[in-house]
Amino acid sequence: MTEEGPPRLGLTAEGWTRLLAPLAIGLAVLGLWEGITRWKGIPPYVLPGPVLIAETLVRDWAPLSASLLVTLKITALALLVAAALGLMLAVLFAQSRVVELSLFPYAVILQVTPIVAIAPLIIIWVDDITLSLLICAWIVAFFPILSNTTVGLNSTDHNLLDLFRLYRASRWQVLWRLRLPTAMPFFLAGLRISGGLALIGAIVAEFVAGTGGNASGLAYRILEAGFQLQIPRMFAALVLVSATGIAIFLMLSLISHLLLRRWHESALGRGERR
Amino acid sequence: MQAGEPSLVTLSGVAKRYLTGTLALRDVSLAIGAGEFLALLGPSGCGKSTLLRMIAGLTVPSQGRIAWPGGPPGARDIGFVFQEPTLMPWATALANVALPLELAGIPRREAEARAAEMLARVELKSFERAYPRALSGGMRMRVSIARALVTKPRLLLMDEPFAALDEITRFRLNNDLLDLWQAARFTVVFVTHSVFESVYLARRIAVMAARPGRITADLAIEEPYPRGEVFRTSAAYAAHCREVSLALEAAMAARAA
Repeated sequence: MTEEGPPRLGLTAEGWTRLLAPLAIGLAVLGLWEGITRWKGIPPYVLPGPVLIAETLVRDWAPLSASLLVTLKITALALLVAAALGLMLAVLFAQSRVVELSLFPYAVILQVTPIVAIAPLIIIWVDDITLSLLICAWIVAFFPILSNTTVGLNSTDHNLLDLFRLYRASRWQVLWRLRLPTAMPFFLAGLRISGGLALIGAIVAEFVAGTGGNASGLAYRILEAGFQLQIPRMFAALVLVSATGIAIFLMLSLISHLLLRRWHESALGRGERR
Repeated sequence: MQAGEPSLVTLSGVAKRYLTGTLALRDVSLAIGAGEFLALLGPSGCGKSTLLRMIAGLTVPSQGRIAWPGGPPGARDIGFVFQEPTLMPWATALANVALPLELAGIPRREAEARAAEMLARVELKSFERAYPRALSGGMRMRVSIARALVTKPRLLLMDEPFAALDEITRFRLNNDLLDLWQAARFTVVFVTHSVFESVYLARRIAVMAARPGRITADLAIEEPYPRGEVFRTSAAYAAHCREVSLALEAAMAARAA
């Protein structure tokens, strides 16, 4: 441990700084924002103050939370499919160089084509709107997992590989006991990037689809509020989108930390580092 | 190899040329006796690691042949210790040592029991559940040695295993290795670039020259085991070191010529 004095309430001095410093900045900015809107008398349809946004969030919680659930479902499903397919494809690439060389360029093409440009096509081709949103979110989310995991599977210590060869390990044993554990930190890093991207993909697709009715996500709430000039509600939906993104990131970081804390450098506390 | 002793592995006319065209080894012939402690001593680039990898079957010779008079080695007959401990960072010391057994299909419970026994032999009994990053360099090397010996191999191949360790740790591990060898009598081929280490450990030293790699001298160190600190400071030890140093110097000069 570094010399930081005794931990208080389960957090070290640095832990408290890490928690409180960004919080103080956030509160200061919100205060300034509220102050300016009141002092300058800016009308709420141009820029609503944080207090009004919070009130709107509470008042319109029923429709907003229903939309949040829709967006969350698509995001989570897209991330899940991206993780599963990305991992499987990466394993396939690691097994056969020919497969990797022939398929990887197409994965790159999928990644660099702007989702806004392909979303309308997908929405036309796929009848089921939820499925088309899911496909859009998946396209955005899957590449970081694929490329990170591929790098991870190829980063195996060559001496360990020799050791496995010496003991005549099967291909399956090399994959399961050596390549996959080596790739784990890379996969998890990819997953953390993809979590945010899945949400962005879902929101963008919703914007393009512009679905109304019951099955509409947060993006539709933003569009709708914009049309109706209910700007505070638009901001409330935006706050929910950001909060969701932060929550996804924190959750994936926690999962990554729990899985790697025993052995990987990235998950070690500063004081623990040798 | 002493006369009459059965040979475990015999190399005859072995050469290795890399794809780049470099001749790493030229015409190496060597008979390694069962139960022998052989040191391969030479400057860096003399192909001693390549020779070791060929005996392990990890590299194929370009010429010559490697014969096993007692039958070809099985998957558990050879242990290998690299210069780095080469442990799996995600696995505990126990799981690392159990690996060769588990790869051979031995049930986890039995594999771990035997791994625990082996860890106790290298004095790491209380570190079974420790991850490699929590261990010191010397301890990691002990885990690596335990892993190499857990299958009870006929042949232990070591590639400069203690080169990265401090001298105090190295001396201790030298003694521990000799104890393990004395107890189990497996064959050891030990690659090193240290004259002092090779004389202390080995019963026979093959001195190698570089570019192309070849064996230039084959010296016996006929001193009784166990060898301890008394041997390390004896006149006999100093005399052997001088003899081996001269042989090494001659090998280096032969290269320059």
